[in-house]
Amino acid sequence: MMAQLPGLGQFRRDKSAAVIASIVMGIVLAALPFLIGSGLGNSWLRIVDFAMLYIMLALGLNIVVGFAGLLDLGYIAFYAVGAYLYALLASPQFGLHYPVWLIIPAGAALAGFFGALLGAPTLRLRGDYLAIVTLGFGEIVRIFLNNLNAPINITNGPQGISGIDPLHFGGVTLAKPISFLGFTIPSLHAYYYLFLGLALFIVFVTIRLENSRIGRAWVAIREDEIAAKACGINTRNIKLLAFTMGASFGGVAGGLFAGFQGFVSPESFNLMESIMVLCMVVLGGMGNIPGVILGGVMLTILPEIFRHGAGPVQLALFGKILLDPEALRMLLFGLALIVVMLYRPAGLWPSTTRRREFKGESTTDVLKEGE
Amino acid sequence: MDIFIQQIINGLILGSIYALVALGYTMVYGIMGLINFAHGEVVMIGAMVALSVIKLLENSGLPVFLLLLFGLAAAALVCMAVGFTIERIAYRPLRRAPRLAPLITAIGVSIVLQNLAMLIWGRNYHAFPPILPTTSMTIFGATITSLQVAIVLIAALMMIGLMILINRTRLGRAMRATSENPSIAQLMGVNINQIISFTFVIGSALAAVAGLMVSANYSIAHYYMGFMLGLKAFTAAVLGGIGNIAGAMLGGILLGLIESLGAGYIGDLTGGFLGSHYQDIFAFFVLIGVLVFRPSGLIGEKVSERA
Repeated sequence: MMAQLPGLGQFRRDKSAAVIASIVMGIVLAALPFLIGSGLGNSWLRIVDFAMLYIMLALGLNIVVGFAGLLDLGYIAFYAVGAYLYALLASPQFGLHYPVWLIIPAGAALAGFFGALLGAPTLRLRGDYLAIVTLGFGEIVRIFLNNLNAPINITNGPQGISGIDPLHFGGVTLAKPISFLGFTIPSLHAYYYLFLGLALFIVFVTIRLENSRIGRAWVAIREDEIAAKACGINTRNIKLLAFTMGASFGGVAGGLFAGFQGFVSPESFNLMESIMVLCMVVLGGMGNIPGVILGGVMLTILPEIFRHGAGPVQLALFGKILLDPEALRMLLFGLALIVVMLYRPAGLWPSTTRRREFKGESTTDVLKEGE
Repeated sequence: MDIFIQQIINGLILGSIYALVALGYTMVYGIMGLINFAHGEVVMIGAMVALSVIKLLENSGLPVFLLLLFGLAAAALVCMAVGFTIERIAYRPLRRAPRLAPLITAIGVSIVLQNLAMLIWGRNYHAFPPILPTTSMTIFGATITSLQVAIVLIAALMMIGLMILINRTRLGRAMRATSENPSIAQLMGVNINQIISFTFVIGSALAAVAGLMVSANYSIAHYYMGFMLGLKAFTAAVLGGIGNIAGAMLGGILLGLIESLGAGYIGDLTGGFLGSHYQDIFAFFVLIGVLVFRPSGLIGEKVSERA
């Protein structure tokens, strides 16, 4: 491996380069909101904030799909659970206003519980069956959110819940500019730093999980469930754990979404969103954390560029809008899925094992070369 | 009692449509071991094409029967072409890839078809032209229109035809051989690529018929109609035992009955807490229930886990 990629090997060995790279990265990430805010305006800063949320979602789904190899098409349901819990406990809907530090962990726990609830009956299913059942689960959650406004109004139905409390800590709310030691941090910037911090935390947790006993067990199940069982892995518990962990990340992201947006409705949690998050994982590179982050950023930013670009470009070329930009955007999206699967099935930035697997090379051959 | 019989009749109509669509899923699954996720969208394309052709010829003075036939023929041709192309582009190159890969291309195809339809036909609902006879009859106090009788009869005829094709003809034998074991079938001189293409084409033709039936029955067509329909038909296929032709028919009819009876009585059963707008969740609960308790379906063979 080292012989094949001397540049990368050297880079890894060279610790000071890594330190410098992370410092540069840190400065860029810290300065990013100011660059975007002044250069492109606040609407783009909002999009970057959303990109952070999607990275959290994608990393959560990556545990289920990427690590454990269980295709989940209803992942957005957990996002919905987190978001609705926040919305119900911190809005005028029931007149409740619980603090954030209580709701977000509660959202994670409830979403995790739902994850286990979905996982338990589906443990025996594999591949495509699992995909359909999870899809059905996602739809059931959405149908309930849509209809639980009568006879007792819980979710306020298709109108959704508005007036949700913004994220706030003690007396400090992120909805208004924050003054701190003479600096004033605008609201969107504050959200950015909060989301960035949490996303980094989730990245950290995922990396630690990947290299742990549990992470290796997930990969073992993905590669060959029967062999994993034979090796003494309790496949039932480990799979349930994957569902629960993945779901709880989704719950956290959902709570943050509700607080950030101030409004939730069932429309935000349809199947397309599930597929969107799945695409981030698949196109970025299943099971590879940097790949998934890349996928999350790309699929949040690119469609927005397209949305802003497609209309004006058509106007300039043809003098009128011939094709609905939204449909065009989704069309390209579907095409991208097909093309990537056909020509780069392991994703844009795959992990090494996945790449070999999709190429059909056996991993043992590579080991022999290294000997 | 009248309501009960009415719900049974509605269930039968709904069920025969599900059964036709479920056949498409089950045939492809039987032969390739793959869920053709985009099948629901093929039904939608069929409905849209048929509707457009009928609208185009509406004022030509042709008899209603010919109008429907032209619409159906156009829809069937387009759907067969679409089915053929889907298999060629999205499934054939991935036949030896891990199972996740064709599933993801299938999702891609379904997004592409849906949005293509949105670009062509727009976001609006399209109403079915009022050309259909509205004569209805009463059986045991329940009403049924002649159109609905036709739907059930045509669906039954198509299924009988399909059974004959699969069990009595040379082509059907080749299909059964391919689904049993593709590589051995190939050794015996079966051109499996051709057979697989053919399976997709037949499934898509049935989808076109189903598409016309749905849009005629509900007098409406929409670019998004394929998704839910496809999902329910898939449930029907699983309920009957996926890969099993007779199972798909049985599953379709059963699911139709469960849905219409469920939607009719859920209000009474839950004391008004859940209403008929929960109709869509029955299919999912049936699906989850079947997969958990009897994954091989009602009359499917027991499949051992693939290592």
